[in-house]
Amino acid sequence: MKDNFSRSVIIALNDIQLQTALDRGTTRGVNNRIVAMGETTDANALRHQARLARERALNHLPDLLQQLERNVIANGGHVLWARDAAELNQIILDLCRKHDVRRVTKGKSMVTEESELNHALEANGIEVTESDLGEYIVQLAGETPSHIVFPMLHKTKEATAQLLHDKLGMPMTDKPEDMTRFVRGVMRRKYLEADMGISGVNFAIAETGTIATVENEGNNRLSTSTPRVYVAVMGIEKVIATWEDYAVLVQLLARSATGQRLSVYNNLMSGPRRADEPDGPDVFYLVIMDNGRSRILGTEYAESLACIRCGACLNACPVYQNIGGHAYGWVYPGPIGSIVTPLLLGPTRAPKLPYASSLCGACQAACPVEIAIPDMLLRLRRDLVQAGDPTPGWRIGMWLWATAFKSPVLYRLGGKMAGMATRLLAGRSGKIKSLPPPFDAWTKQRDFPAFAESSFRERLKRRRGKQTDA
Amino acid sequence: MTNRVAFFVTCIVDTIFPHIGEAAFEILERQGVKLEFPEAQTCCGQPAFNSGFTREAREVAEHFLDVFAGYDAIVTPSGSCAAMAHHYYPELFRGHRRFEEAKRIAARTYELTQYLVDVLGVTDVGASLPRPTRAAIHDACHGYRGLGIARQPRALLSNVKNLTLVEMPGHDQCCGFGGLFAIKMSAISGAMLQDKLNAINGVDCDVVITGDASCMMHINGGLSRAGSPRRVVHVAEVLTGRV
Repeated sequence: MKDNFSRSVIIALNDIQLQTALDRGTTRGVNNRIVAMGETTDANALRHQARLARERALNHLPDLLQQLERNVIANGGHVLWARDAAELNQIILDLCRKHDVRRVTKGKSMVTEESELNHALEANGIEVTESDLGEYIVQLAGETPSHIVFPMLHKTKEATAQLLHDKLGMPMTDKPEDMTRFVRGVMRRKYLEADMGISGVNFAIAETGTIATVENEGNNRLSTSTPRVYVAVMGIEKVIATWEDYAVLVQLLARSATGQRLSVYNNLMSGPRRADEPDGPDVFYLVIMDNGRSRILGTEYAESLACIRCGACLNACPVYQNIGGHAYGWVYPGPIGSIVTPLLLGPTRAPKLPYASSLCGACQAACPVEIAIPDMLLRLRRDLVQAGDPTPGWRIGMWLWATAFKSPVLYRLGGKMAGMATRLLAGRSGKIKSLPPPFDAWTKQRDFPAFAESSFRERLKRRRGKQTDA
Repeated sequence: MTNRVAFFVTCIVDTIFPHIGEAAFEILERQGVKLEFPEAQTCCGQPAFNSGFTREAREVAEHFLDVFAGYDAIVTPSGSCAAMAHHYYPELFRGHRRFEEAKRIAARTYELTQYLVDVLGVTDVGASLPRPTRAAIHDACHGYRGLGIARQPRALLSNVKNLTLVEMPGHDQCCGFGGLFAIKMSAISGAMLQDKLNAINGVDCDVVITGDASCMMHINGGLSRAGSPRRVVHVAEVLTGRV
């Protein structure tokens, strides 16, 4: 990933179609979540329960992963471990060869976006079809998802209709229902032809070795049960301890992600088809990937692993609302992306992201597992400063600032000088229309006020002087 | 036991908007608070802290600790500066020899309306506006989400004569200020500001009231650049009837 953040931001802000799509998508996301969370008796208590469930999992991660492995094997499945993205792709390629797989359908999986699995499979002559409607459209367009839950949030329905018309000959329509019906016709055939189904994992329940996925289209259920081979892919942090924890998390996920009380399909998969069962895959593999996560565990960033990928912080974030997902440059956009991207890829790979926040806290307020996102953004900024990221200009500026602001004399003197300078620049209007760099960034879009003739402390002294005279 | 209360004016109010400091000072004195103004005060350290410059932030925050050490309460007309001390001093001084002191001072720092309503139990300061005024509230982020300040200004404002409060969609949405964010990420900040201006222009009101002078300065900078007649005012100005 190259750091093109500033350029991507400008492109995004000037993309009218994107702005329309973002307005529609994020507004709907925010409103739906608020209504759905409002229906619960005590939303904050529920969030706290969810937080505790995730903490229980992260605090016992090695044990729970081993328990999960034992139970998946006991259920007749296989467990494979991938240290990083490259290993994950190799494992799945090996499985494709072993089972003579030519065609794959894939349900939604952010982990396979991390490893760019589609490219790896296609490069080896294997056809991969995304089965989630949004993911499928993104794949058709040759793009990447721009949202964790709504991968095509950056596209308007009008642009989607045009794409389906151009690529697949769909008759033009402005009705999402018609587009869905059309794509369903295409997809049904893919499921029947596929040799392998791949899905992500929302929760892996350690106590029974059950893989829980959540969806609204039924595509995941078809992907995971129709083809002969089923491969579920998860990051190590997706394991949870018990069904009780699942019960709390699954409803919060639905309410936070889409504003539903429950998602339409809550799939629970415990192993391949048994002898007395009519359908299901012949073989089941669970692939568990680390890819940098274990490095975060036990650090002051550990709570970022509590994330259940609901996307609520994206919808709520005024920065995401304005720039969309692609500007963030990697798989995970929005506030949570600004944390996990530098943590997973290394801080120098995304040095702008921790600063891409006004620290307004809307993300934390929306998070169903109470992740203190602004606190972690601040720590990442601290790390960047310690690693020598800021330019000498910023360093000198901050040093000057601290020197002046820890000395009352220098502070007053600085205030006087800034006062004179701003009043000079403002002239009679009292408003500054243009400031020198770097402050011209402010005056490009806003006026800046002149400082007051006399400061609060001077006025107070004068007033108190008068009072004692009287 | 005498209760020693200090006024922390904040650097922005001190130098750019002293009338807001005077209004806040006056409101508190009228409630019988024997308010002290420690002359040596400067800033809470937030600009450096939010930019990741921990050492610089701590140097300035240590000065804050020195200045406000002897007080039972520190009151400030800013949710953001109060939240800096309240929420982030414990983080800033973690593992530092002054950690306990920082925690103590953090717990004693209050935003103006929070202090009036939650500590003094006052919801009517007897304010009256010169003419009937419709006002929307912009809930500034750090006070609103950082300190949970929402009901306090509303309780106080609902008792101001000649003032009608109206709902503004996105009243709790960030204006895009974010301190140095407005400089470092000025394009995004500007887009957020535009969203806020649209929200303000969509409401039938005479003024917008907020609890932070910095957000006020940012939004007013945008309104003035756009040639809009609307203005954002500080809650302390309204509570002294000066609007």
